[in-house]
Parts: sequence; structure tokens; C-alpha cells
Amino acid sequence: MRYIEPHAHMVSRVTDDYERMALAGCEVVCEPAFWAGFDRSSAAGFYDYFCQLTEHEPKRAARFGLKHFSWLCINPKEAEDVKLAAEVIALIPEFLDRPNVLGIGEIGLNKNSRNELKVLEMHVELAAQHNQLVLVHTPHLEDKLKGTRLILEVLKSDKRIHPERVIIDHVEEHTVGLVLDAGFWAGMTLYPETKCSPARAVDILETHGQKQIWLNSACDWGVSDPLAVPKTALEMKKRGHQAAAIDKVIYQNPQRFLGQCPKFKNR
Amino acid sequence: MIYGLPRLEKSSIVNKNDMTQQQVLDLYFLDARHKLIEVAAFLDRVERAGGKEDFRLIAFRAALDTLSSGRNEKVKQVLLAFSDPTTTPIAKAAGKSATGAWAGKKG
Repeated sequence: MRYIEPHAHMVSRVTDDYERMALAGCEVVCEPAFWAGFDRSSAAGFYDYFCQLTEHEPKRAARFGLKHFSWLCINPKEAEDVKLAAEVIALIPEFLDRPNVLGIGEIGLNKNSRNELKVLEMHVELAAQHNQLVLVHTPHLEDKLKGTRLILEVLKSDKRIHPERVIIDHVEEHTVGLVLDAGFWAGMTLYPETKCSPARAVDILETHGQKQIWLNSACDWGVSDPLAVPKTALEMKKRGHQAAAIDKVIYQNPQRFLGQCPKFKNR
Repeated sequence: MIYGLPRLEKSSIVNKNDMTQQQVLDLYFLDARHKLIEVAAFLDRVERAGGKEDFRLIAFRAALDTLSSGRNEKVKQVLLAFSDPTTTPIAKAAGKSATGAWAGKKG
């Protein structure tokens, strides 16, 4: 079995996780910019983080034969401070030409505030100006439905944004239809306690199709599982799905979306 | 027993109707039974503790009600029962974390 992990926060994981993922069949890992678990005190902290994502982490992954790609932004969890966000966003263009940068992400909303919405619009403007792919984070738990609706409004109102070049992540049963019906890609995040379980993710594939959906672990410093994607592949196998169908979901689909960025090479 | 399940075969196009109800029960009944008992134990625990029910427990009971409503898409109905249904951005984020239920439903 081969698979692509399209969303993992590897800076928060130990090196052993890279080895376990490689042993499970992972060939490529993609890392969106994330909140560190505490607020960074200045734009300089983000500059260092972007260097970590584009210089150091690819080397750590390469030790296990894994290709490493990244997405850049200031995460919605730090978007309440619009001035800081503007300073960080101004840093991003100098990183966009680096060989492992796929686009802008994970942008979006967290608590659905006005300032978060402003920062989302600033990121969308950046992506449109530089013709970048976009990876969108949707809020957690009770805030997800409202946040998904607000995000879709922003994206659909900008005619420079092409839905097939945007993936809206962390969908669940009450939001996946909104995303797919609008023509966007949908990401399902597999978490032990929140978001989707492997069984529910396969339910969603069975009821909504598998044309524009990927699976990811979004493993980070919290409760999460870097092997969640292969475990969901096993869930599909238990239900009788053939190897070709599993490969489409866990390898070909992320390859098809990410391949829209010319820098994405997984062979 | 899942060990005794016959191997299922499906086409490369996923179809929700390919598994029989018997096969679904064989694969998932024990797991679902376990989770239902955990829910019952949680309710016993929180009720033994006493005190005033907050918005999370109120939303939890509303979500449970959707399970016996006979409506389709039960998981979607449960998620909606916990969700903020409003459409206007809030003025300012007071914190970063979510509680799992919309506080606006309290009372």
C-alpha cells in the first residue's frame, strides 16, 4: 500500500513518526503552517518557522525516503491580531518560490470573528495575486458549520479563486455537502476524539463519492495519530473495497489536487 | 465476530448499498454497543454529580433526541444539534478553543 499524507504538522512529531509513516507506505508528507500551541510574539518568530518548514523539515523527512512539502500562512488561531497577521503575510512572498512550497494554508477561521475574517481575506488576496493553491482550515466542533458557511462566502465572492484549486479541510457530515456542491475539494481529518473517525470517513466516501476528497491525519502536538490514513485504508479493506479504490482515495486524489502545483513531484 | 466474515468485494466505485445489513451488524454492532453504554455511563455519572445542567448537557440531550426521531442522516442531525446556527461573525474571539456545544442554546 502506498499513500500520501497531505496534512501533517511534523514539526510537532518525533522522528520515529517519520519512520512509522514510511513503514506504513507513506511516500509524501505535506505540512501546512499551524499554531504552535502558544502565540508567537513577533513576525520574526514566523520567519524562523517558515525556514523550519522549507529548509529543516524536508531534510528530516528525507532520512526516511519521504518527500516533504509545505504550505505557508499565519494560522487562524493567531488571526485576532490583524497587525501581526499583516506583518506575517508580508513575509510570505519571499518563501513562495522555495522548492517545497505548495501554496497558502492552512488559512480559514477559528472562532468566526471579524478579525479572523479580515485575515482570511488578506490570505485569499495573497493567493490570488500569486496564483497559489489554497488549503483552508474550518473551525472546530460547534463553530464548524458557521465557519464553513462564512469561508465559502469569502471564496465564492472572489472570482479569481477557482474552486478546483482550493481544498476545504476538516469536513464532517454536516459540512461536506456544502463544500463539494460548491465545486471545492474536501479534506477529511481523522482524529481519535474529534473530527472524523475512520469508520465515519468511509461512510462519507460511500455516501458523497470520492471524486474530490482526500484523507489526512492532521497529526500535531495534540491528541492525533500519524497513522490515521493507513488505518482508514484498513477500514475500507474491511468493508470489501478493492485495492484500486483505496489507492484512489489515499494516493491518487491527493496527487491529483497537489499536482496542480508544478513543484509537486512525488516520484 | 468479525473474524468469520466472508471477504467482501466491491467495484472501484464506492456504493453505500454494497454491504448487507447483516454484514454491517457483524462488523460494527459490538463497537456501537460499547459506545452506547459509554454514553449511558456518562449520563449516569453527570447526573450523580448533581448541580445545574449547563449548555453542553442541554445540547447533548437534544442531540440524543434526534437519534429516536426516525429521521435520516442521524449523524448530521447530531452535529447540527451541537452547532452554532447563526451567520454573523462575532465581534472578537475571546479565546481559541471550542467547547463542543453552542453556548447560545443555554437556558
